[in-house]
Amino acid sequence: MPSAAFRTNMMKVPMFEALFDIFSYGFLLRGLIVGLMVSICAALLGVTLVLKRFAMIGDGLGHVGFGTLAVATAFGWAPLAVSLPVTLLAAFFLLRLSEGGRIKGDAAIALVSASSLAIGIFVVSATTGMNTEVDSFLFGSILTLTNLDVVMSVSLCLVVLVLFILFYNRIFAMTFDENFAKATGMPTGLYNTVLAALVAITIVVGMRMMGALLISSLIIFPALSVMQLGKSYLTVTIWSAVIAVLSFLLGYSLALIFGTPAGASVVIINLATFILLYLTRRVLHKS
Amino acid sequence: MNALLTLESASFTYGDKTAVEGLDFSLMPQDYLCVVGDNGSGKSTLLSGILRLKQPHTGRLSYNETLHRNQIGYLPQQHHVQGNFPASVLEVVLSGRLGHKGPAPFYTKHDRALAREALTLVGAGDLEQEWFGGLSGGQSQRVLIARALATAPDGLKLLILDEPMNGLDPHARTLLYELIRFLNTERGITVIMVTHDVNTAMHFCNRILLLATRQVFFGAPDEFESTELGREFIRDACGGNCAICGFSHKHDEGPHV
Repeated sequence: MPSAAFRTNMMKVPMFEALFDIFSYGFLLRGLIVGLMVSICAALLGVTLVLKRFAMIGDGLGHVGFGTLAVATAFGWAPLAVSLPVTLLAAFFLLRLSEGGRIKGDAAIALVSASSLAIGIFVVSATTGMNTEVDSFLFGSILTLTNLDVVMSVSLCLVVLVLFILFYNRIFAMTFDENFAKATGMPTGLYNTVLAALVAITIVVGMRMMGALLISSLIIFPALSVMQLGKSYLTVTIWSAVIAVLSFLLGYSLALIFGTPAGASVVIINLATFILLYLTRRVLHKS
Repeated sequence: MNALLTLESASFTYGDKTAVEGLDFSLMPQDYLCVVGDNGSGKSTLLSGILRLKQPHTGRLSYNETLHRNQIGYLPQQHHVQGNFPASVLEVVLSGRLGHKGPAPFYTKHDRALAREALTLVGAGDLEQEWFGGLSGGQSQRVLIARALATAPDGLKLLILDEPMNGLDPHARTLLYELIRFLNTERGITVIMVTHDVNTAMHFCNRILLLATRQVFFGAPDEFESTELGREFIRDACGGNCAICGFSHKHDEGPHV
């Protein structure tokens, strides 16, 4: 279990002192940097994906990422070099299918998810066998992050951030009313492709740490939480990023203190935030 | 005066199928055209053609050379925005500016001024900071018309509305008809409106186009009413019960607006 590996490592670090040891343990710092970057990107993109009802695309792409990582590891290839192009292709494919192909969006995602998972497990079983590395692909681990991962993550996340800011107004217009956007001459196909590419990059970068099965929660939760109260797109976008960062920091701290897996800890904090904001909305609505 | 828009024996396809054919009519500046017909008669396909999203399969569709693409405003068929979609009214109206901004990523002060001007024109200036999802049906249609108006920096010349009255209560319909009439008569905007509410619409428009996968009738409302075909269509549209069109009027009288 990756959690066991993580716990073993964490047992060397006394409770709470772990928080202050972030800067002495390289892997903790790497996890912090990658986690923060991915949380922000995922939250920004999440608002659009949730509103366009594409939230499950993130989940599907996470599974694709697992498949590609498993295959890359089995054949000794560089994980990111395989994962990124394949996940990008899968993102374009899923988006195209969701835009009214013969197979409906949710069925297409289920098809791609299950197939990728099956291919990944098949290849792993036939080669290295199910080991902790495979487990860490599924549930995430900060121990696997290398310095190169950090450099790649930060660079890719910066690309996502810059493109998101440059396309922000267009992403809003397309999310709100794609028919109108198309009618006014906006190349909606191009913008959808850009969006798919940004999501794929974020998933690939975040998957190693959060796990293939959990990465989509970073996309879905902050947006859903803030949408309980936010009434303007800008407010929701900014607050999603803020909530994502806070949830990550809290979840990561929880992981360090209790030796729990970082991915799951962050998701649990995100879930708690969602429940809190959901209840707040209910209370405000009633009053 | 030159026509703003001319269709000559035009047809449009939807996939492999001909959606509408035999389109042969011209619109003059400041015309108010109502496009009527049953579901699947080719109304929305015609709009796609006029919006240049579809090329005519056969025939010709030509525009007056003074009509630029950014002078055509569009109100799509009311889409069901998710109840909790987080968007302020100003954000929605500003998005009308995007189609013609080129690669510039951000709104300028000029864009904001145009958006506010458009909101004021439709009588929704005070809604600027409101949550779009919290507006009534009539208010949200006004805001979407403001978004269409905001597309043209030098004034809109053609406004295309796809079933704008759907889902509105009679009072909201009356107000919206008044707004469209104001934009048509006072602002000189040519209007093309797809509608099922033929009984009320024909009291406002000066041209009717009846489609049934082909052009069945094009002309003035009184000509339409004087034909057996027109009378039958009007009768069918109401089903003999004017509660459907939302106004308590008899067929031979004007609406109580």
